[in-house]
Amino acid sequence: MRKTSITGWLLASPLSLILLVFLAAPIAMIVVVSFWGATEWAIYPAFEFENYEFLLTSSVTYRVFLNTFKYVAITWACTLVIGFTVAYYLAFHIRTLTWQIVLFLLCTIPFLTSNIIRMISWIPFLGRNGLANSALISWGVIDEPVEWLLFSDFSVILAFVHLYTLFMVVPIFNTMMRIDKSLIEAAADAGASGWQTLWQVIVPLTKPGIMIGTIFVLALVMGDFITVRFMSGSQSANVGRMIQNDIALLQYPSASATAVILLVTVLLLIGTLLRFVDIRKEL
Amino acid sequence: MTTISKIRYSRRSMLKAGGAAVAAAALPAPMVWGQETKNITLRQFGTGVSNLNEVATKVKEDLGFTLEMTALDSDSVTQRAATQPDSFDIADIEYWICKKVWPTGNLQAMDTSKIANYDKIVGTFRSGKLTPESVIAQGTAPHTVGFTSGQNGKDFVQEESGWMTLIPTIYNADTLGIRPDLIGRPINNWSELLNPEFKGKASILDISSIGIMDMAMVVESMGEYKYPDKGNMTKEEIDLTLGIFTEAKKAGQFRAFWKSFDESVNLMASGEVVIQSMWSPAITAVRSQGIPCVYQPLEEGYRSWGGGIGLSASLSGMELDAAYEYINWYLSGWVGGFLMRQGYYSAVPETSKNFMSEDEWGFWFEGKPAQGDITNPFGKVMEKAGAVRDGGSFYDRMGAVACWNAVMDENQYMVRKWNEFIAA
Repeated sequence: MRKTSITGWLLASPLSLILLVFLAAPIAMIVVVSFWGATEWAIYPAFEFENYEFLLTSSVTYRVFLNTFKYVAITWACTLVIGFTVAYYLAFHIRTLTWQIVLFLLCTIPFLTSNIIRMISWIPFLGRNGLANSALISWGVIDEPVEWLLFSDFSVILAFVHLYTLFMVVPIFNTMMRIDKSLIEAAADAGASGWQTLWQVIVPLTKPGIMIGTIFVLALVMGDFITVRFMSGSQSANVGRMIQNDIALLQYPSASATAVILLVTVLLLIGTLLRFVDIRKEL
Repeated sequence: MTTISKIRYSRRSMLKAGGAAVAAAALPAPMVWGQETKNITLRQFGTGVSNLNEVATKVKEDLGFTLEMTALDSDSVTQRAATQPDSFDIADIEYWICKKVWPTGNLQAMDTSKIANYDKIVGTFRSGKLTPESVIAQGTAPHTVGFTSGQNGKDFVQEESGWMTLIPTIYNADTLGIRPDLIGRPINNWSELLNPEFKGKASILDISSIGIMDMAMVVESMGEYKYPDKGNMTKEEIDLTLGIFTEAKKAGQFRAFWKSFDESVNLMASGEVVIQSMWSPAITAVRSQGIPCVYQPLEEGYRSWGGGIGLSASLSGMELDAAYEYINWYLSGWVGGFLMRQGYYSAVPETSKNFMSEDEWGFWFEGKPAQGDITNPFGKVMEKAGAVRDGGSFYDRMGAVACWNAVMDENQYMVRKWNEFIAA
């Protein structure tokens, strides 16, 4: 009895240590620094609420957070629809396991290149004289190049969806593969139509996967700064860019305060989501 | 091989002729220059502009020690100089960055008596006047932050005190870049940047301390306001300037903002943007793709910038001597010629002349039409025979500087407002 408890502690300690040193300590540091003060070139220890005060009273903060939520909501909706469809096709329409694996690996191929490259390659494609515009003009769909294709919210969200759909596909596919096929047969035997089976059997059983995918997409989009910078041509801001700007200008305390608020927001969102679905059941 | 030995020879002979006595007196420990210098490594960091591997290779060849280069963007450079003094030996920074960093005491003052070519450095960096008749431009003019009171000074003094904060190395006069083929009419004023004619086709750089100066040039050119000092705006002036630009941004004037050199090249080359703030080598990069691009001289004058080399406060002994040797080498002409053939200017132009062909000197410095192909230091043809440099000669361009990149007293306020402008 005693021996097993020691073994238990030993087995748990490496992970706890890693989490403590590389996760808990840095976050604690960020929280501490968020109360510090800054001059133009240095930061000094203090305990003041100036950073939070400026942040929470500035209308820019609210606008930027709102913009970030907008990106999250639209990206989430798009990745969910695409991710669910792809996973559904893989899980229920492909009959053999071999082909399921082959097609699944096919989905991951674009992810063998860096995500910055995948993102930047949209720029020449969507530009004023880019492939998309020249194709549309030659087909006679438009007369003038369409401007909103690039350096707009459209291009930002397009890049997000492109970059993060796989994070939705994988967990949904994973949960779908665990659904007992006899349940679907039972539904069919009981006279359910295809839609009824989808809505009343598959979707409820896939919820944990959807939730895990949602958490991925939410965290990735909320924390992003580089996609927004490149795809909006630096014209739009999200919270990540606000932090990046502060860091670039040596305003670490203010950057930390923003980071703390972002962290709290994301945790609240995820906490709320987890109230709806028990993902532990799945893991 | 022959060119190398020739260059070596001329450098040596120049030092000899240019003041062997000064050099001998100035370099206090000539005996260290032996086998040991080979083991010295100096760590230099700075903006990509002058952090070139060619320079490091040449240093190894000419001086024997190793120069490690790190290129960063201006914000990171400031950050590093201000917060990590032990991470570098030599800081290659701009004068406005110096204004921010110098008071931290992370850099040490340099004794001008040890700089062989000090007397040949152009007036802009010493008295502030390019020629005796010149009017000093607004903003952080290099000479205002170029000198300190003594070896351990943390202040700035306005006269040539014998202690320099930075040794000037590179500078230029910036203006707007345009695509003449897509605009099709002459552009003569900064105000054109906000002309509704270019709606959705304009850009400005997203580096606050430089961008605000471009904005000020535009606002003044539009006749909206005349600044007592663009380089040191009051809060109200900052609000006014950014207000005008926020309005333009909301009206869709800008296609994008850029932060790095490559972005500005791509925006221009792809035709996304037809008028924007730009840097000189970016213009040549666009042109070398066969796309017409002009560094348009404007009636209101140029926004200028200058960079220099600063020494880390922790540098001492043999490394410090090596650093002085490096600075003297830097000003002795090879690097100057290398930089001038890319369109920048050297702090001691007359020494650079020895490392440029007559045609190159005529084209880049004197503003004369090119006699033959003008190539950059990497052998790429930049201009064909007959071409004339945009803006003309050195004195035409540097003589028409209206303001310098600057750091203001209200910098923190400006930065916050700038962030709001980007988020707007």
